[in-house]
Amino acid sequence: MEEDKLLEDIFTIANKNFNSRLIVGTGKYKSFEETASAVKASGADIVTVAVRRVNILEKDRPLLMDYLDPKSITYLPNTAGCYSSEEALRTLRLAREMGGWRMVKLEVLGDKKTLYPNMIETIKSTEVLVKEGFDVMVYCTDDPIMTKKLEDVGACAIMPLGAPIGSGIGIQNKTNITLIKEQSSVPVIVDAGVGTASDATIAMELGCDGVLLNTAIAEATNPVLMAEAMKHAIIAGRKAFKAGRMKKRQYASASSPQKNLI
Amino acid sequence: MNNLNVAKIQLNGDPYEINDGTNLNELLNKLKIQKNKVAIEVNGEIVEKNKYPNLILSKDDKVEIVKFIGGG
Repeated sequence: MEEDKLLEDIFTIANKNFNSRLIVGTGKYKSFEETASAVKASGADIVTVAVRRVNILEKDRPLLMDYLDPKSITYLPNTAGCYSSEEALRTLRLAREMGGWRMVKLEVLGDKKTLYPNMIETIKSTEVLVKEGFDVMVYCTDDPIMTKKLEDVGACAIMPLGAPIGSGIGIQNKTNITLIKEQSSVPVIVDAGVGTASDATIAMELGCDGVLLNTAIAEATNPVLMAEAMKHAIIAGRKAFKAGRMKKRQYASASSPQKNLI
Repeated sequence: MNNLNVAKIQLNGDPYEINDGTNLNELLNKLKIQKNKVAIEVNGEIVEKNKYPNLILSKDDKVEIVKFIGGG
């Protein structure tokens, strides 16, 4: 029983419990079928989705909702493509009206080339959304001062970038991610920059509560297989973190006893 | 049908013709859109779903209908 308790590792965001610590995006896939298969293989309980205009000319076209049932998986509406607080607020208010989604991913971008967040607009928007009753998970820079401010205005999860969105180059500043995790009392989720399984594992080994990724799966040669790899990578990193890694030494330390050598 | 019975609105950024007196439910039916899968804004204001039958569209109204798509 004790061991069961140790193994029990529920992921809680805004008082809601989730089994998987992997959150996956649903963009860039070749088809809805592929999206659904990859999401399933990833084991994710939460998927990010974007809000866009309905194409009036294409009647009866299938929707994402026809492939990923919002009743069985948590939709996390995002504000991708928004460059101002006003645009982001408008988008999330529409998302909430669509089906009562309260938990949202806020991202207010500052630059088209790097897709770096505009933290001034991001903090301003978080404050407004929290007052309107949203649970706001916030894409942000890996700056501990900024993430502290986000927490102060009520963000329910801090989501610093590991590297630019879609870059796939892995976590660039482990020191900052560690500092942010240490000081935060809400979940810290590395959002963006993961390129392959080991990147996700590193995020978890640093003590992060979860990882959000999209391109690493969608642009893999075999997205479904990569989704499965990511699922295991997150579990491996989390367990390694909880297990507590050995201390690093400068020199060797023999694994076999030195006594009674023949 | 003569022109008096037709009103031109802006639908998702493009001009669109509706019959005078069309409400939001009727517009969705015409577009074959299920209302539980979209959100609608009229002239910048979000319209709650239970108000669709009572919201009669008029000339020059700016209507935005949005859905969820794949995103990161």
